[in-house]
Order: sequence, then C-alpha cells, then structure tokens
Amino acid sequence: MDMHSLLVISVGAIFISNFVLHRFLGLCPYIGVSKQLDSAVGMGMAVIFVMTMASVATWLIYHYFLSPSPLNILFRLLMRGQGEPPDLTYLRTIAFILVIATLVQFVEMVIQKLSPGLYRSLGIYLPLITTNCAVLGVSLLNINEQYSFIESVVNGFTSGLGFTLALVLMAGLREKLELAQVPRSMHGAPIAFIIAGCMSLAFLGFSGLKF
Amino acid sequence: MSPGKELIKGFYTENPVFRLMLGLCPVLATSTSVNNGIGMGAATLFVLVCSNVVISLIRKAIPAKIRIPIFIMIIATFVTIVDLVMAGFFPELHESLGIFISLIVVNCIILGRAEAYASKNNVFYAFIDGLGMGLGFTLSMILISSIREILGNGTWLGLEVFGSGYNPVLLMILSPGAFFTIGLLMSFLSWFEGRRSSCVTNF
Repeated sequence: MDMHSLLVISVGAIFISNFVLHRFLGLCPYIGVSKQLDSAVGMGMAVIFVMTMASVATWLIYHYFLSPSPLNILFRLLMRGQGEPPDLTYLRTIAFILVIATLVQFVEMVIQKLSPGLYRSLGIYLPLITTNCAVLGVSLLNINEQYSFIESVVNGFTSGLGFTLALVLMAGLREKLELAQVPRSMHGAPIAFIIAGCMSLAFLGFSGLKF
Repeated sequence: MSPGKELIKGFYTENPVFRLMLGLCPVLATSTSVNNGIGMGAATLFVLVCSNVVISLIRKAIPAKIRIPIFIMIIATFVTIVDLVMAGFFPELHESLGIFISLIVVNCIILGRAEAYASKNNVFYAFIDGLGMGLGFTLSMILISSIREILGNGTWLGLEVFGSGYNPVLLMILSPGAFFTIGLLMSFLSWFEGRRSSCVTNF
C-alpha cells in the first residue's frame, strides 16, 4: 500500500470532491444542523465516526458475503467451494442499509454504556445519521471505485472530515448571518443555499490540485 | 378529505422540495439535465407509490416499535427493482444517475410519507398521496433541471434554445449552479407568497 494513493484519496475526499459541496450528499444535516457552531461540531464528529465504521463494515460484507469471489464465506460454507460462486451483489442496497442502521443503533448503545458524557453530546445526532445519505453514499462509492480495505477506511474517514469541514464553516457563517440584514424573502433556507453556492464555488478552485 | 385535494397538495401547498424541503440531495445532484431530472423523478415516483401502497396494506400488522426498519426494508426492495430495471432498459440514464438511484432508499420524502401518511390511511388514499407527492417531486425536478440545462448548456431536452451563438454559463451545470438555482427559486416563492398574502389583506 503506497502512501501516495492514500494521500490522493484524502485530498480528493476533503477538498476536491467534498461530500456536501461537490457530491451533494448529506444536505439535510448541512442545512438543518448548521445554525449553531457547537451542535455542528457534535454532528460532524458523529458523522466521521459512523462513516469510518460503516466503510469498514460494508466493505467486509460486500467482499465476504455478496461478491462472486472464491473468498465468499457463504460459498465456502453452503456450497463447500464447489462450482461457481453466487453473485449476490444486487442485494447490496438492502444489505448496506440494514448494516448501517444496526451499526448506528449498536454504536449508540456502546457509547451510552461506556461514556455517558459523550453520549449526551452526540446522542441526539446518532439516530439522524441512519437516514443521512452520506453514510450509504460513501459505502457505495467505496465499492464503485473498487477501493481496497485500507483505501476504503481512509476514504470513509476523510469524507467525514470533509463533511465536518463544510458543516463547521457553514455554522460559523450562519452565526454571523443572524446579525446581518437579509432581504425578507431570503430569510432562512434560501440565503443558506446561496452561501452554500458561494462555498461550493470556492471549493471548485481546489479541482486544479495535481499530485 | 377529498381524493382530488390529496392529489394536488403535493404540487404546491405541500410541495416536497420547496415547501417540506425533503430529499434535496438527489434534486441538486441529478438536475444537470432535463433528461436526468425526469429519470430521477420517475424513479422516485415509482418507489413512493409502491412503498406507500404496500405499507398501507400491512399497516395493521406492523409492530409500532420496529416500524422504521420494516419501512426501510420495503423501500429498499422497490429501489432494487428500479435499479435493476433501469440498468437493463436505460443503461445510459443509469450510468449518469450513478449512486443516486440506490440512494433513493435514504430519501427523506419516502420514509416521511410512509411514517406520516401511509401508516395511518387506507390503501386508496395512500396511493393518491404517493402519486401526488411523486408528481410534485418530478415537476420540481423538471423545473430546476430546465433552468440549469437552458442556462448552462443552451438546450432543453437536447433541443437548442438560443441558437449556436449562445455562450453557455457553464457554472449552472457545475455544483454551485445547483445551490444558486434552488436558493433563488425558494426566495422567489417566499416573495410571491408574501405578496399574495398582503394583497389578500389589503382587499
């Protein structure tokens, strides 16, 4: 595993194809939870954690249960390695969403047991993450891009980092915006989208980065 | 509750995109051309109608505590059907919509309608609601993608609009254009509403 490809993946996920501003994934929390800086940081941390865990879990599920490879565990157990390995990749949407929902529930229970302080600050955001398209999105992207295990984990972590960056920047801007005089019809969501457009424009500048 | 009213509420008063602000990710990501917009709208419409009908049919058998996982499984099944059918019959559209077909599973409109409407109403109304909301979503997709394609590419559904002398605003096709389009449309809608209500009070 060379460091160069990991670096390319990281910079790509954080800046060039930022999850919110370029891929349009996870817009609901981006508009919904960006009113205060504290809650934006909390949400960002929860998303980084869940996206990394989901990348690990869904990569393993895909490569050891769904893909038609000789390593497929179902193939080895049920068919004893005889004949053609079954191709179950069409089940990936159902399998991934189930795994992610279970994972979020499990993480919530573990955090509640081990660290009540962390649970109080992250707890309310965790259930929201199940239906955050960024988590399912990163799992599907890892498979589509045919990343290896390490690459998937790095991609999951840095995509979460990119999401948090965009969310925290937005929360900082919107806290200042409370004091600004905005035309009446632009109050709330419309001006948030215009700001997001400006940020997206700024992030387009990163697309010239070359390694 | 009249069927006609339930059908048209998704078009304007409870429009999923502009009013309820649900499921914005696919709206912004796949509205780069009218073709993609119609494809995404139709896929969402199909999943919304089917999941509403099935959930309404079995609503009395679903235990309240595990209803959300059951809803998600039903939705995921229909999304897989759409995914496979589209890959088989419209491979180009499937290619350009990419992961957003699979991501219909986590589209908040569908789970939202299942939870708020289909699990409480009979099959006929659930069908009407799914149809209305899905058509409202599709119309919003067509509106946003028309603005982006006409300005950003000078075409509408592949037909030239401004002639060959037009220099397209490439920005509208790129990601910032999506944010600007939806932000301006929402503010226009809120301006229009404000004007209309003040007219009514002046009357």
